[in-house]
Amino acid sequence: MIYITPSIIMLIIIFALSRKKAVYSDFIDGAGSGLTLIKDIFPPLVAVLTAASMLRASGAMDAFISFLSPVTEKIGLPPEVMPLVMIRPISGSGAIGVLSEILNDYGADSMIGRLASVICGSTETTFYCIAVYFARTRARSVKRAVPCAIIGDIAGIGAALAAVRLLGL
Amino acid sequence: MTYIWSAMIIISFISAGITGRMDETVNAMIGGTQTAVSTLISFAGAMCFWTGIMKIAENSGIADLLCRLISPVVKRLFPSAGEKARYYISMNLTADLLGMGNASTPMGMLASEELDRENKTPSRPSDDMCMLVVLNTTCFQLIPSTIIALRGAAGTSDPASIILPIWFASAVSVVVGVAAVKVMCFLSGRRARGGV
Repeated sequence: MIYITPSIIMLIIIFALSRKKAVYSDFIDGAGSGLTLIKDIFPPLVAVLTAASMLRASGAMDAFISFLSPVTEKIGLPPEVMPLVMIRPISGSGAIGVLSEILNDYGADSMIGRLASVICGSTETTFYCIAVYFARTRARSVKRAVPCAIIGDIAGIGAALAAVRLLGL
Repeated sequence: MTYIWSAMIIISFISAGITGRMDETVNAMIGGTQTAVSTLISFAGAMCFWTGIMKIAENSGIADLLCRLISPVVKRLFPSAGEKARYYISMNLTADLLGMGNASTPMGMLASEELDRENKTPSRPSDDMCMLVVLNTTCFQLIPSTIIALRGAAGTSDPASIILPIWFASAVSVVVGVAAVKVMCFLSGRRARGGV
């Protein structure tokens, strides 16, 4: 596992070098655009992290989790990741906020932390995506696309659970 | 998001009133903002590093290579789409794969406009349009850089250890999503032929 990141980075740099690209200035350029991304992410992160830690401190999160646990226990999904599952299809920055709250709270290497990371990485902001893609078309009903997208998401979450719990990937 | 966020705040205060944890909740409000800042700062370096690496990849022509590699797949998945639409779709999916969010959405919108133009029943999204949306919502990303950076910020020795399970889960969701679209197209196609 520890070799994945180094090999990806090496591959990219060697490939770019072999094509005689200005690797260093490209990197600087890209790292600069990362700053814009961070600037955009900061306000929603403040909003979501604040609200999420308030929910936790007030006891509402625990109540919510124990309310859901009979249902989620049946499918083997830890109720702690449910807030992420619920916000993920609606808001990307919201999901980042909730994920980072989960990682800070349960630890990045815990089962919950790993599962939350995998769920976040393998699903998308489904409803936002559907809205954006159909916005400029003449289509009046999105009825046909929504169920398929949701089936895909559920399969992704199930696979994430299987990967983390059973396969130990 | 307006309602969700407002509800989160209001429910927190109500629940704090009931459980008598108002102090902790107000502290958490301040603490949350601090967590946001510290998360962002420890996350900023890793994020910029990854966007830098991805920029190298982008400029090196990996994107064109990938785009050419996936174009036969695109042809299979979008049998009735025209040349131009297929080009936009390939670019859109390539950008998704490389996690180039700001390149992916415009390409995807161009693709769906193009598919819309080809659509003979404009008020009803065509099969290809559904396929495009589902491919985007199930989204396969080769390097989930934001999540790697976030995990690094939360303190783990191996933040990238979730890459393999993410690939696995993404692959499953793409395959299931595509299958769902195909089944749906088949069913509605049969209804259109059999009925009316």
